[in-house]
Amino acid sequence: MKRRKLIQTAGLATAGMLLPVGYNSWVAQSANSKSDRQRLIVILLRGGVDGLNIVVPHQDREYYEARPTIAVPYPQEKNGAIDLDGFFGLNPKLKDLMPLWKQKQLAFIHSCGSPVAERSHFQAQDYWENGTPGVNKTRSGWMNRLLAELPEDRLTQALNVGVTTPYILRGKMAIASLKPGINSTAPIPTDRPHVNQAFSRLYSGTDVLSKAYQDGTKAREIILADLSQEMVSASRGAKNAKVFIDDATEVARLMVGNAKTQLAFMEIGGWDTHINQASTLNRLLPGLGQGLATLAKGLEPIFADTVIVVMSEFGRTVKENGNQGTDHGYGNAMWLLGGAIRGGKVYGEWPSLDQSVLYENRDLPVTTDFREILSQTLQKHLAISQDSLSRIFPSYKSSNKIDFFV
Amino acid sequence: MATSKLTQSQERHILERLSFGVTSSQLEQVKVQGIEAYIQSQLSPQLISESPILDNYLAQFSSIHQEPIELQKKDYLYRKKLRTSQLSTKEQKKIRQKIRNLNVQVRDEAMDAHLTRAIYSNRQLQEVMVDFWFNHFNVYANKGAVRIWLRDYESKIRTHALGNFRDLLGVTAKHPAMLIYLDNKKNTDPNSPGGKANQIGLNENYARELMELHTLGIDGGYSQDDVIALARILTGWGVDHQGKKGDKKGFFFNKNRHDQQDKLFLGHTISANGIQEGEKALDILASHSATAHFISSKLAQYFVADQPPTRLVNQLAEEFITSQGNIRQLMDVLIHSPEFNQPEYYQQKFKTPYQYLVSLVRMAGIEQPNLKRMRGMLTQLSMPIHLCLAPTGYDYTQSAWLNPQAMLQRTSLATAIANGALNRDYGIKQKQLQNNFGSLSPHTKQVIAKSPVKLRAALMMGSPEAMYR
Repeated sequence: MKRRKLIQTAGLATAGMLLPVGYNSWVAQSANSKSDRQRLIVILLRGGVDGLNIVVPHQDREYYEARPTIAVPYPQEKNGAIDLDGFFGLNPKLKDLMPLWKQKQLAFIHSCGSPVAERSHFQAQDYWENGTPGVNKTRSGWMNRLLAELPEDRLTQALNVGVTTPYILRGKMAIASLKPGINSTAPIPTDRPHVNQAFSRLYSGTDVLSKAYQDGTKAREIILADLSQEMVSASRGAKNAKVFIDDATEVARLMVGNAKTQLAFMEIGGWDTHINQASTLNRLLPGLGQGLATLAKGLEPIFADTVIVVMSEFGRTVKENGNQGTDHGYGNAMWLLGGAIRGGKVYGEWPSLDQSVLYENRDLPVTTDFREILSQTLQKHLAISQDSLSRIFPSYKSSNKIDFFV
Repeated sequence: MATSKLTQSQERHILERLSFGVTSSQLEQVKVQGIEAYIQSQLSPQLISESPILDNYLAQFSSIHQEPIELQKKDYLYRKKLRTSQLSTKEQKKIRQKIRNLNVQVRDEAMDAHLTRAIYSNRQLQEVMVDFWFNHFNVYANKGAVRIWLRDYESKIRTHALGNFRDLLGVTAKHPAMLIYLDNKKNTDPNSPGGKANQIGLNENYARELMELHTLGIDGGYSQDDVIALARILTGWGVDHQGKKGDKKGFFFNKNRHDQQDKLFLGHTISANGIQEGEKALDILASHSATAHFISSKLAQYFVADQPPTRLVNQLAEEFITSQGNIRQLMDVLIHSPEFNQPEYYQQKFKTPYQYLVSLVRMAGIEQPNLKRMRGMLTQLSMPIHLCLAPTGYDYTQSAWLNPQAMLQRTSLATAIANGALNRDYGIKQKQLQNNFGSLSPHTKQVIAKSPVKLRAALMMGSPEAMYR
């Protein structure tokens, strides 16, 4: 399976975002409590990105032995990793992130993952999205539950760029949407007042369809107001415009602007590199790096109050397979960006790539539960109470063993 | 079941679930034959004569009448020429254009054929089953040469769509579309002569999805060791793009790349026996109780309810085992089950974008709809034909498709279509539309009656009644 085309194919509606909008605060221009100002963006790389070739353990002696053809070379060599701390290096295709690293606004936590090992993409993604590893039947996603825990004094509306609702966003809180990619503000028939009035009468009830229609039109008004002022993206209309970069620009705008968007969720596919991994990553990583840099730049006025989490459902096998690729593995790196992050550091307990410590003799083991990173972010950044947290990540107890906030 | 005992809403429910949207001619047919005769005829599609409108359409799509291996060879030769001949930039450009034209034509015609069959085929249930099985055994058109094989892949699925599950599984396992899409064509024993010569090895992608998505299901009780064993069993199952080897039609078992050791798979010892090992593994998977349960559950979700009723799933799973995977029989049991016929399930399945759009065209009787435009609309609605990237296929539940953006898009599309977006010269007949919709809720009726005449078709096509089946 290959999701690799996704990032570059505008029509496939690849990036989805949850952008809860506070109507009250928008109208009243109020943003007083801490949790009102703080922003959180979660980016899920679907397909299992190869964290070992993103945050490269170039000083682990097993690394180059395990990957004779696909390893990222030593920092001093041609196309080598960009050294981060003398042990780890960054994939050079992500060079656009280095300014953030130097400003200590970017950190990684290596060997993260779900406590329930799962090599199925879909099952693994489900666990990262429902926040209840090992439990399939959870109906809602953790970001939707987070939304429900945000202060009740504001009417929080959710907004999703894309037509499908990813699991992480599913739940009782309403989610409005924005068309992904370019032309998200192009006029549609229901923008016309007489059409809108007729459908508003048809969908005036309290049933799920009516509610969805009403949320859709309300959110569209707010978003159009923020996005229609001027063309927002330098890459807009460009031949090879990358959807993610465009979407990142819009997300930043809605978070900084009057929409006062507080949470966003984006997803990018294409990371399932079973064959010819290097060429796929070399093609996809620059777009991701540039998109994240664009996001950071667009969020500049509020970057001190922003956290961006980048995650993927599992890492990939330590050893390369027979097709210059890697198969489904286990532990992986999580990325954190933002002004509140104590960045410039690779966190987490590094287990080494020694055969004897690998999970099932093949994969990087997990030393940090992904919910640890998310819980701490919610608690320390969004001021979510312990009580609320127990509803967002039921049955998880934070160990507080890593402290990555300023 | 006698027609007289069935209420009108029950008949409509059956038509809605077993087809892509109720048309005047279907209603007429049921009126004449009775619903049970309709069901039985739909269960034997080979006996139904095909619509001349559909035949006319299909005749226009020239690439669908060519052997895919011939198209593949053509594509292969162009590419070979590019690689090996000394060509001027201009000549190279010309050949690249030819490759592009070939690929786009083949892919788009396969999609248009898919769409026209859904709209016009008299064998509606068969097409619904094709929708279900193609999605179950999903492939992604834009990966490598998959697009060249799409039409053939779909047509082989159609042949077995109401046939036997083991046959269907075998067809997909050996088909170049699947071998390319899930990388099995590269799956090689690293210690085999072919593996050593080309320095390639095992690829477990297909083996895993074969169990997780095609047969046993995620909870089907297999381990990572089983994934590896199955991958080893399937080493050497590949594609010959030149049609010279194997079945000379694309599938090629390369014993030089096959793992010659015995394997332990799901508790069975599979002795080294070339391609027969794979056949044995498929036998085991196709007759497994986990497979029976998984397939039954998916069918019940597609045809009955998002949360499939447990009793029905169990009954279907039993039928799956006793009938040895006879899909026609499964469907017969499903359609006549108390759950399927329970009124509380009527009009409760939220249509996918594909089901929604095709149903509008059928119910409104739009002649010669602009197919390219329809494809574009489906892309906008996030359900492009044959372009679901993940091997899971598309989801068939309301929670996946109902959200605020979807409602804006659907009502907008309904308005555009009512105003002639798919055929500017075809005026939608309000009465026909109303008739094909059956009874509308009092609220919908009232809103439509109070709205300007020129908005009435749009409102009907964008109504809750149009979005559920």
